[in-house]
Amino acid sequence: MSARSKLPAQGPKPPFWRDPAKRALAFQLVLVAAVAAFLLTIIGNTQDNLAARGITTGFGFLTNTSGFGIVQSLIDYSSQSTYGRTFVVGLLNTLLVSGLGVLAATIIGFTVGIARLSPNWLIARLANGYIEIFRNIPLLLQIFFWYFAVLRAMPSARESLSLGEVIFLNVRGLYLPQPMFESGFGLIPLALAIAIVASIALLIWNKRRHEATGQRLPAGWIALALIVGLPLGVLVVTGVPVTWDIPELGGFNFRGGITVIPEFLALWLALSIYTASFIAEIVRSGIQAISHGQTEAAQALSLPQGLVLRLVVVPQALRVIIPPLTSQYLNLIKNSSLATAIGYPDLVSVFAGTTLNQTGQAIEVIAMTMAVYLTISLLVSMFMNWFNARVALVER
Amino acid sequence: MSYKNNKLVMLTSVAALVLGATSTAQAATLDDVKQRGVVQCGVSDGLPGFSAPNDQGEWQGIDVDVCRAVAAAVFGDSEAVRYVPLNAVERFTALQSGEVDVLSRNTTWTTTRDTTLGLNFAGVTFYDGQGFLISSDLGISSVQELDGAAICIQAGTTTELNVADYFRAHEMQFDPIVFDTSEQTVGGFEAGRCDVLTSDTSQLAALRIQLSDPSGAMILPEVISKEPLGPVVRQGDDQWFNIVKWSLFAMLNAEELGISSENVDEMTNSENPNIARLLGQDGNYGEGMGLSADWAYNIISQVGNYAEIYDRNVGLNSPLEIERGVNALWTEGGLQYAPPVR
Ligand SMILES: N[C@@H](CCC(=O)N[C@@H](CS)C(=O)NCC(=O)O)C(=O)O
Repeated sequence: MSARSKLPAQGPKPPFWRDPAKRALAFQLVLVAAVAAFLLTIIGNTQDNLAARGITTGFGFLTNTSGFGIVQSLIDYSSQSTYGRTFVVGLLNTLLVSGLGVLAATIIGFTVGIARLSPNWLIARLANGYIEIFRNIPLLLQIFFWYFAVLRAMPSARESLSLGEVIFLNVRGLYLPQPMFESGFGLIPLALAIAIVASIALLIWNKRRHEATGQRLPAGWIALALIVGLPLGVLVVTGVPVTWDIPELGGFNFRGGITVIPEFLALWLALSIYTASFIAEIVRSGIQAISHGQTEAAQALSLPQGLVLRLVVVPQALRVIIPPLTSQYLNLIKNSSLATAIGYPDLVSVFAGTTLNQTGQAIEVIAMTMAVYLTISLLVSMFMNWFNARVALVER
Repeated sequence: MSYKNNKLVMLTSVAALVLGATSTAQAATLDDVKQRGVVQCGVSDGLPGFSAPNDQGEWQGIDVDVCRAVAAAVFGDSEAVRYVPLNAVERFTALQSGEVDVLSRNTTWTTTRDTTLGLNFAGVTFYDGQGFLISSDLGISSVQELDGAAICIQAGTTTELNVADYFRAHEMQFDPIVFDTSEQTVGGFEAGRCDVLTSDTSQLAALRIQLSDPSGAMILPEVISKEPLGPVVRQGDDQWFNIVKWSLFAMLNAEELGISSENVDEMTNSENPNIARLLGQDGNYGEGMGLSADWAYNIISQVGNYAEIYDRNVGLNSPLEIERGVNALWTEGGLQYAPPVR
């Protein structure tokens, strides 16, 4: 294009339909108009349909009282809350299981992926076995396995398995002690924040100094010591202002502490383990994609092994790993909607399930639910693209 | 597990509402049904006594008999029904979008459902109320003692709302453990995931006999709500609404007049004008609904009167053994009352 536009104009100007740029613009306008017309027809048609059938429409229901309870909620919720709040509760539950799922799947996936390449025959075989088993069993079955075969087989509340009489596991879930912060505890997060800011400053300063003078401190270790040490120090100085609320058997159930419901456990385990098997393969192939010559060349420069990995192998491998990793994260988030199959109160279950049914406003509810998944997925993609652009090898 | 089915029904139903042409909304259901040759009837996933397949895979139950009565009235053939099992969450969308012609699935008649969903309730098949099923060895005898209990409930039901109301009104706490199908709800109760299972009392009786050890569970005495269960149709098609409504009334009137599937043939010679009108011997009362004069005769001879369907499905001749109670005819001190045929 640029080369051509530099040519002197010859002869009369071509008519606009011969000009590819204008023609493309015209086609795009036609396409946009067609899509808009299509959407308008659909929306109009839907409204007519619903009105003709006497079905209530609109989003007014979001301010009505929901009238039903939800077993797990990260915010205050009761049957007196609105459907709008039900939506938020469901959304947070979805984000909780997806977020922790992504975290666990990444850790397991990277570990297994690297183990798969281990020179130790047994470790490599075990990792391979893990991948082949969990990758090839449908996710729904794995959820059912954890929920029905494992967690349903736990003893009753009275016969709970216990770990040191503070952690309990039974058919109703996992009961953990909950830290109760007393006054003065606020200093500890403050200390942590100060430590983090100081560490970042130190790392930047160290990098500049290294580039300028070639000298450097073991800044990573200093930062780690700061981040761990400072809050710990404050904790000791303030006399440990934390007490633990330990779950106790009373009435029907354990009370106090943190309750992790078995529906959450089953879903989280299944999502993490299943997705990790795919991530492991991605990590393995990413590392193997880097030709061995790269490592040898780096070693020939007498770089220490850690730097070979950090400066040569990992940046190149990440370039291969991150795009498929993103799709795995997106899959995990969307797969979390299988929650309804075991009754975990995620967005699909409490909103596209119960709320839809109690209000009868299928279109609004389904549209909102789809919009949520779309938004989450787009945000994750955007973040991963940004991350990729930052960490992956920048070619010059 | 109806999981796959669930998602699909929901999405296709919503798609039908979005894409469907406006004109179909008011189309005569009767014409569609006749053209198709079967009545599409929404039933439960399997609730003994109400709607569940038997050993031969044939659907049975009091809700199923309502479907059969409609088919008998329309086609003179009570077998001309296609049953569509629906869980609580998907049932209304399936009816709204035309996936089923009538929903006969232990569904409670409430204001919201009757006035905002574009649906109409055509009568009451069974007057019910919500109760609680607990394991006998808990040693509990009243709902008032359930503070802090974990309660298994089915999603998208009035049950879910009533239990929240009741516990709030009595300042008690509970953990709602909510499942999509009755199979899972019962499974959760049996495995000890929850202390209590709550549902309409008739359904508790049905679910109880499905337990591996029915004697280990008992129904608490309290009934905390009104649950009039009946067939539902789409709003805006009065003819079809009338057909379903009067199919139910025909069975009630038959019981009141002493007509049963056994004596219906003799009864066609009856001198009693009420009987003659119902059985089409005097006048044609089917005409106004687009049916033949023997519409009610077909219902009674093929399906039976209300007492027959009650007794064989949920009453004393069934494993559920539920007394007639409020479901007795008005002449016997109950609530079941049908307008006269004339
Ligand atoms: N009558 C209530 C409850 C109906 C209901 O769904 N009850 C459950 C009892 S656990 C049931 O019938 N489940 C059978 C199924 O899902 O197929 C309503 O209309 O909301």
